[in-house]
Amino acid sequence: MEKNENLIHYLLMLGDNSMILGHRLSELCGHGPNLETDIALTNISLDFFGQVRSYFQYAAQLKGEDFNEDKIAFLRNERQYYNATLLEQENNDFAYVIVRQFLFDAFHKELLEQLMNSKDTTIAAIATKSIKECRYHLRFSSEWLKRLGNGTEESHQKAQLALNDLYVYCHELFAESEVERKMKESGIGADLDAIKHNYLAIIHQLIAEAQLKIPETIQRVAKGKLGFHSEKLGYILTELQYMQRAYPDMQW
Amino acid sequence: MSDNNNQWPLWEIFIRSKNGLEHRHVGSLHAADAEMAIENARDVYTRRMEGVSLWVVESKDITASNPENMGELFEPAIDKVYRHPTFYDVPDEIKHM
Repeated sequence: MEKNENLIHYLLMLGDNSMILGHRLSELCGHGPNLETDIALTNISLDFFGQVRSYFQYAAQLKGEDFNEDKIAFLRNERQYYNATLLEQENNDFAYVIVRQFLFDAFHKELLEQLMNSKDTTIAAIATKSIKECRYHLRFSSEWLKRLGNGTEESHQKAQLALNDLYVYCHELFAESEVERKMKESGIGADLDAIKHNYLAIIHQLIAEAQLKIPETIQRVAKGKLGFHSEKLGYILTELQYMQRAYPDMQW
Repeated sequence: MSDNNNQWPLWEIFIRSKNGLEHRHVGSLHAADAEMAIENARDVYTRRMEGVSLWVVESKDITASNPENMGELFEPAIDKVYRHPTFYDVPDEIKHM
């Protein structure tokens, strides 16, 4: 039973990352900088929600009783969401959207490549399906990062500013929580130390190609993965949960 | 927003819907360069599994015929129906013509 508890918690961590970032991207629907980018970001958002559904359906099945994906997605309290703090950061401008996306995609790709070999066959199947989407996301965000960095003086400045603000949240992605350690040891979860090495190599190379500088700021002690969030998540949940709270058990 | 669109060149998008078929023109979009045009085309035109291959061509690289020249270009063909292969009977046994 305890094993299931940890597995469910791990599924929520995976799903929450995709859900909160997917939600942030969905806020841009109809507000993208131009038609092409608007559609691209909305497509990426939908990819994330597809992943969320797979993780939460599996978690609901493990929880049993009358749990379902909607209850898991919409009816938890703030402290019960386990997304990394990076993903709840706001869409301040297009550079923030791209840098946040890039910093996560590079991590997500390494993570999914490991999860494809998970001992849990459902997680392995979800990872195998998601990796194709993720590879495209990384291609999209890194191509844009290079264009912003090598573009005009203004685009370079904005990209650097976003990187300065968001880079401090990267460390949290690798700060192994107890649940992640247990999942790693049982062969279900990923080895974050191994990911860290590849991840830093990839982002440092691309940041250099974009002619941006790696900020020398100290990594922030972020604990989103443990349920301690910035005030930003509260606003997200207010909007996300409104319908289920106002009309319990509503269906489309 | 409109500024960006004015600066980005226009690209014509061609999609091969499946192997063995030819690429067909499906529309156009704006992008800063060819690589971005491919990505944008992927997002704008192949969301519903429309294709297996993409071509992008910058619109300015296409030379089009001038509508004013329609007469000399196309009308001479109107009264030359004998150029259609319709003046002989195909035997019933031949199924795939």
